[in-house]
Amino acid sequence: MKTFYWLVKREFWEHKGGFITAPIVAGIICFLLNAMLIAFGEGHYGGGDFHTNFSMAYNSENLAQAGAVIDGLLYGVTMMVMIVTAIVVFFYSLGSLYDDRRDRSILFWKSLPLSDTSTVLSKLASAVIVAPAVAVVVGVVAGLALTIMFAGVATFHGFSLWPLLMQAHPIKVMINLVLLIPLYALWALPTVGWLMLCSAWARSKPFLWAIALPVGSGVLVGWWGLMMGNGGFTSLYWRHVVGRLLGGLTPGGWMTETSKLVHFDGDNPASALEKFDLTYHYSALASPALYLGVLAGVAMIAAAIWFRRWRDDS
Amino acid sequence: MTAVVTANGLTKRYKSQAALDGATFQIGSGRIVGLIGPNGAGKTTALKAILGLTTFDGQLEVLGLDPRKDRDKLMEQVCFIADVAVLPRWMKVGDAVDFVAHTHPRFDRAKCEAFLARTKLQPKQKVRQLSKGMIVQLHLALVMSIDAKLLVLDEPTLGLDILYRKQFYQSLLEDYFDEEKTILVTTHQVEEIEHILTDLMFIRDGKIVLDADMDTVGERFSEVLVSAEFAAAARQLKPLDERQVFGKSIFLFDNVSRPELERLGEVRRPSIGDLFVATMKGTYA
Repeated sequence: MKTFYWLVKREFWEHKGGFITAPIVAGIICFLLNAMLIAFGEGHYGGGDFHTNFSMAYNSENLAQAGAVIDGLLYGVTMMVMIVTAIVVFFYSLGSLYDDRRDRSILFWKSLPLSDTSTVLSKLASAVIVAPAVAVVVGVVAGLALTIMFAGVATFHGFSLWPLLMQAHPIKVMINLVLLIPLYALWALPTVGWLMLCSAWARSKPFLWAIALPVGSGVLVGWWGLMMGNGGFTSLYWRHVVGRLLGGLTPGGWMTETSKLVHFDGDNPASALEKFDLTYHYSALASPALYLGVLAGVAMIAAAIWFRRWRDDS
Repeated sequence: MTAVVTANGLTKRYKSQAALDGATFQIGSGRIVGLIGPNGAGKTTALKAILGLTTFDGQLEVLGLDPRKDRDKLMEQVCFIADVAVLPRWMKVGDAVDFVAHTHPRFDRAKCEAFLARTKLQPKQKVRQLSKGMIVQLHLALVMSIDAKLLVLDEPTLGLDILYRKQFYQSLLEDYFDEEKTILVTTHQVEEIEHILTDLMFIRDGKIVLDADMDTVGERFSEVLVSAEFAAAARQLKPLDERQVFGKSIFLFDNVSRPELERLGEVRRPSIGDLFVATMKGTYA
């Protein structure tokens, strides 16, 4: 366990810029953009028309809706930060088992009593658990900063500060976001597994292989579908194979598999968020697509461990 | 003598070419063994097999373990410097010490810090800011602080200046080596390790062609400086090699009695370099 902690720590030493600096910068940019939007709205309209839902809430003095807008803001900012982290993690996974083979520092790591299994798993954990957790923390902090600013602006429009903040649920949002990390990890597993497999296997240019194989096979399948006049399989293949191998890091990607019984009402953020709860997200667990992806991900990680152990090109 | 490494019929093929071709040898504990061979003779492959970094055929036991199966366990007892300057370039000196201290059960942090105090290395420096020689100093400090039974060095001083090279081997001898430890080293700079080796192994085309301790090497091989009139007589004794210097011939003999040679001229102990050149004649032809 201690070794595993240090292995993960090593990943963060190496990728501090991607895992920590990048989400923080994204959070700051998000905050600034929103501040600029508010300033713009205030300056031009003065009536608080800068956000439809918010102004609707103003007009009806509906505190519940205003609170939901703030909750949505927290989700939204975290989402933006997560997107940045997802891009970082994509490239991190591609390099994770390749870069040290290229610069031969693998010979140093292999001179230590570290099993290849724990090495690969530490990189996997960094990619699907720790990096997203950092993104959530940064996103929530940026979101809270925005909330405070929003609430401050709202007081100028006649809302009293505390009742408004009481209608927002920052703690609940945070807990939801944290509890979504395991689902994110499960959903991202086939993509991260695939990228790490390419990273462990490719003798050069893992990026090219990682993209070319799924996309190339998708094109072939599409061509075959055209020949056979059967486009249905093509779209299934692109969605469930190509999409899952390359796009699994997209935050909320599992929402294609969640319960179809839930319908959102865009004009009613409070009720939308109400439905946007953990039960809704975790209903993705009922979908075979998620399980098959996890199975494929586990198999690819196992293959990556095997290549890490036996790939002999140093 | 307990064997640290026992290899029997070690074979490894890369596509059509054999890197190791039935190499058989034993390395005893408390020895410093030089594995010497021309480029492509199979030195690095042999070391990789011992370190469990590659697959192979044949039998190989390192400290009683099979490096293919028990690599993780083996690496607690075996250490290696596989090449010059392979430390990750993004790492800080202090992080490297921290990391090894927390992941290697046989690492002695105080020892490592004492070694580092003798150098100009600073904990905050990143490896990428260090010269090649300093990277090796760091690597050596890390490795020497690990109480391993077997240390494998593959061309550890390639490309370093002579100050670093001398210091490298001197530290190893003075601060590291003892009868509990075994060092296996390959290098092309034979003359620099000649005086520290206890055993010598020559490898050629994947086979061990010479395996002897240094005393035996001294007894077996002799170099004789022969003037022209005795040259024909010398050739009768089947020398390994003959070369000309200042009108005289230098012959290298294997297993010819010393009194017999002394009649021909001045007898010396050959350098490993000359022995190597004579043994490997025709390798690249």
